[in-house]
Amino acid sequence: MAILGAINPMLSVGLDGDNAWRLADYVKRGGYVALRRILEQKLPQEYVINEVKKSVLRGRGGAGFPTGLKWSFMPRSFPGDKYVVCNSDEGEPGTFKDRDILRYNPHSVIEGMAIAAFAMGAVRGYNYIHGEVWEIYERFEEAIDEARAAGFLGADILGSGFNFDLFGHHGYGAYICGEETALLESIEGKKGQPRFKPPFPASFGLYGRPTTINNTETFASVPYIINLGGEHYLEAGKANNGGTKLFSVSGHVNRPGNYEIPLGTPFATLLEMAGGIRGGRKLKGCIPGGSSAPVVPAAAMMDCTMDYDSIAKAGSMLGSGAVIVMDETTCMVKALERLSFFYYEESCGQCTPCREGTSWLYKVVHRIEHGQGRPDDLDLLASVTGNIMGRTICALGDAASMPVQSFIKHYRDEFAYHIEQKKCLVPVDVQRAGSGFFTATV
Amino acid sequence: MEIEIDGKMAQVPDGSTIMDAAQQVGAYIPHFCYHKKLSIAANCRMCLVQVEKAPKPLPACATPATNGMRVFTHSELAVKAQQGVMEFLLINHPLDCPICDQGGECQLQDLAVGYGNSASRFQEDKRVVFHKDVGPLISMQEMARCIHCTRCVRFGQEIAGVMELGMANRNMHAEIMTFVGRSIDSELSGNMIDLCPVGALTSKPFRYAARSWELGRRKSISPHDSIGANLTVQVKNGVVLRVLPRENEEVNECWISDKERFSYEALNSPARLTRPMVRVDGTLREVDWNSALDYVAHALKDIVATHGGESFAALSSPQATLEELYLLQKLTRGLGSGNVDFRPRRRDFSNDGQLGGIPWLGLRFSEIKDLDAALVVGSFLRKDHPLFAQRLRQLAKNWGQVSMLSVGGDDPLIDLHAQVTVSPADLPLALARVVKAAAQFQGETIPAGLDSVEADATSQAIARSLLERNKRAIFLGNAAEQSPQAAQLHALALELARLTGATCGFIGEAANSVGGHVAKALPTALNADEMFAQPRKAYILLGVEPELDCYNPQQAVAALKEAALVVMLTPFNDGAAREYADVLLPTTPFTETSGTFVNAEGRVQSFNGVVRPLGDARPGWKVLRVLGNLLALPGFDYDSSEQVRAEIVPAGEGFVGGLSNDLERGAWLLADAGEGLQRVTDVPIYFSDPLARRAPALQKTRDAVAPTARMNADTLAAIGVTDGVPVRVRQGTGEAVLTARFDETVPARCVRVAAGHPSTAALGAMFGAINVERA
Repeated sequence: MAILGAINPMLSVGLDGDNAWRLADYVKRGGYVALRRILEQKLPQEYVINEVKKSVLRGRGGAGFPTGLKWSFMPRSFPGDKYVVCNSDEGEPGTFKDRDILRYNPHSVIEGMAIAAFAMGAVRGYNYIHGEVWEIYERFEEAIDEARAAGFLGADILGSGFNFDLFGHHGYGAYICGEETALLESIEGKKGQPRFKPPFPASFGLYGRPTTINNTETFASVPYIINLGGEHYLEAGKANNGGTKLFSVSGHVNRPGNYEIPLGTPFATLLEMAGGIRGGRKLKGCIPGGSSAPVVPAAAMMDCTMDYDSIAKAGSMLGSGAVIVMDETTCMVKALERLSFFYYEESCGQCTPCREGTSWLYKVVHRIEHGQGRPDDLDLLASVTGNIMGRTICALGDAASMPVQSFIKHYRDEFAYHIEQKKCLVPVDVQRAGSGFFTATV
Repeated sequence: MEIEIDGKMAQVPDGSTIMDAAQQVGAYIPHFCYHKKLSIAANCRMCLVQVEKAPKPLPACATPATNGMRVFTHSELAVKAQQGVMEFLLINHPLDCPICDQGGECQLQDLAVGYGNSASRFQEDKRVVFHKDVGPLISMQEMARCIHCTRCVRFGQEIAGVMELGMANRNMHAEIMTFVGRSIDSELSGNMIDLCPVGALTSKPFRYAARSWELGRRKSISPHDSIGANLTVQVKNGVVLRVLPRENEEVNECWISDKERFSYEALNSPARLTRPMVRVDGTLREVDWNSALDYVAHALKDIVATHGGESFAALSSPQATLEELYLLQKLTRGLGSGNVDFRPRRRDFSNDGQLGGIPWLGLRFSEIKDLDAALVVGSFLRKDHPLFAQRLRQLAKNWGQVSMLSVGGDDPLIDLHAQVTVSPADLPLALARVVKAAAQFQGETIPAGLDSVEADATSQAIARSLLERNKRAIFLGNAAEQSPQAAQLHALALELARLTGATCGFIGEAANSVGGHVAKALPTALNADEMFAQPRKAYILLGVEPELDCYNPQQAVAALKEAALVVMLTPFNDGAAREYADVLLPTTPFTETSGTFVNAEGRVQSFNGVVRPLGDARPGWKVLRVLGNLLALPGFDYDSSEQVRAEIVPAGEGFVGGLSNDLERGAWLLADAGEGLQRVTDVPIYFSDPLARRAPALQKTRDAVAPTARMNADTLAAIGVTDGVPVRVRQGTGEAVLTARFDETVPARCVRVAAGHPSTAALGAMFGAINVERA
């Protein structure tokens, strides 16, 4: 089981690896009670939205936007089809939580989407699943079939007159398809490229109809909110940061994996759960929210609690909850080079600053790493990131720029050393030892 | 809604963007991907401007204007953002302006002067993008220059109706290309060259012929289809080197078809006739103008004196100018003959005496966008009238219901409400079904002769679309005008218009299809068909190539071969004319003469010559004028083409008067199609006039492949052949060996054989019986 630890869990309660994902297991865990209660007691749509608002559930996909508020933007009385879309296009380096939710608890997503559809008057839903986790897509399709057979999906659900059908849709692995409007384009069968906003999906979304898009974990949390009540869910976390959250811990820790902890849990506790830093070495820095979040140096990170506000105060983002831990053997230039390559490669190529800028960033970082850096390269990087940020159609440009800016801000001396000395501040044998692939000791 | 741009107030309607408002107050915002006729992409980011209270610069093209918004297009924030974007655009753009064909007329070059740096901070290797071969018209040789504005992609999707270019790959490896190995075949493709803001898509025929600043820009009018597209003809050293659209929102908007854009190559063709030629002892010999005209005048006088005026006939192309058409009919009547016509592709003239006025489109082109429903009868719409089809395409996109009733099932790339494809003989019946459905819906008495006609579901759907909506129109296309039942189709269309309240009109075959009526180049004796069916002694042919342009080329050429005198006024000296012409008089194409075209909506568009006549060629109106003098005919003392025009249309008149599609007595008699195979004839877009036929680049396109015998599966089986097998096609005394082709869109018991090509010139009538057997 890859959900390796938890504190006061909700999502991961009663999960037993690959053995407990089926409908029967979910029902045994109390699944579909929330949906049944809403439909049988004929609770109004406002009730559901209010509970979600009260829970202060914030979007688990990265931006942390309050879910209840997003749902209230949906023009419920708008005639014609409306859609709910689940964003399971989990492509952010370091993030692997949605995969496990869909693998071990797919019905929580289905129930969450059905509740969301009820609350917003949608009749159709799509779950867009990352193309590189094919078996997850197949499992989700199986789970949909189970739910449909049991009457939790389809026409006249539980005899309430509420109709909602859900479909799985798999992408082909482009990171940009995790951007919500690119995801919509991709569902429509077009090239996955973000749309210019406005109009926003709530008014002009899938096939031009009002659409709400939420992350997998967000939808999965909804049944727990309805069952617990919004206020109790909020209390499970901390003020303005409701509930528990899955964190994907990776990097130089002894037990990388997913951990469910209440928002507001100290970073130190999470690090401890993950078995601490490998080889007993010291923490150098941490990317707390997936590769697009700015890096936070060790000292600041150790003072953080894992919630949206605390991490924002430290100058970064909680993002999708992908905690990338880097110890003292890490060459920060090399780390940034790898990140920049990712964004260069994944830029959709639609708008100028991102298409041209991300490749430029990568080329400059690459030459610094390879001993070809020039004295004014750090200023150049600052200028280029400044020209990308805020000038692009979607947030990928920002996502590519923030690591560059934060790495240089916090580890400028390492970059300067690289440029002047044409080599790493962290000796290569130390890096190798730290990587775990080589046997030399530090 | 009020919005402030750089301190200037603009009143804009709801739904406007900052760009719209800026254009209203005259503030220029740099841009590449934005184009007023295309959807908003917001991908170049060049139009970033500062908006009060917005934390980031916003793209002017895509940001909706809101009431009280304050916009700064040249503030420090805006200019810094624009400069940043320009730097990004330039880092991978080749520094090859001196050898780039776009140099001097390049938006990127122009804006780089304003927003770019003199040196680049980008020191790495530039991106290399492999060249592509997409056909004979558009060069994609230097795709590294592409800035990915996707104007070409959007043009294909939205205007041409077919997405032939797309952006493949992502990140900086994104590139514009066709689907693997495909060429660009749209008849509107050349507009993508104009739209491309850089030198990525360039004109293959024009490449490296001149720099833009060496070219003189002259106004002209397209001599091809009945739209009368406004052109800018670019010349260098007295040679036409390029043709571009001249924007006229009411006529061609900002587009022209490829036929209009690339036909200019024929103007510089080695096949141009530069000196008069007279047949002496069986061979054509070059002579001077005096000798040639003397010869013609004497010969005409002799024949008329001996055999009477009616032994002479004159036939003009509908692409001749108004002045030429007028002088030709004047000359013919002066010689005592009523045998003059300008409609060589017609067969049915039985409405000639019944016309209530000059047949025309029935409305203005600019009114098409306001229609709610339209029915096109008998047309190969996309290839016959590319820009008209484009307007209907936009109409269909804006929820207008467009239906087609025709003899060919070619995809018009319009989102059609209904489409009916029938054999040419059944076309009146198909239209009658719609008439009957309309009469039934309206509760009117069923028009005479339609009692036994059954209105099927599709006919009812078409009739309903014409009834239920507000502004509607019925258009008769080329195939309807060329049909042997043209008069019946006209009468049925009028009846449908009466029943539904729609307007009825003709799209028109060529540049002067209305103009010929205005010039009165109409027969009082033998018409374009009869003058060959009953051979004459002498003919004057003006710009027409009978073996390619006539309804029945077999009959026309036979008559010409027997005639004592055939005088051709033509710009070209190649082709079958050399076999039957006795005199070739070199006249000038539209670029070398002044003249007037009256388009399908009745718009009078005069133009001047843009270059001097080639060699000894002379404008047609001058040749006819001198001929009139030599024949001592009265009223041939013109000094200018304007004087000629003044006799036809009052000076300063924008539109001609007397337009009407009414018939005094319209009638129809629905007959059975009969047994046997019928010929369906289209005139492929690049075979349709003498200029296009001689434009080398156009002749290399897919639209210019040699005619085949196209049949559906049943017809192929009945003849016992399969796709690709040669077949012998026979009509009357002529035959041709063509390749049989499978084409599901061809109606049952029909064979589609294109006209306008030497390989089918030996055949007979465009519509009618045809014999096909295995060769």
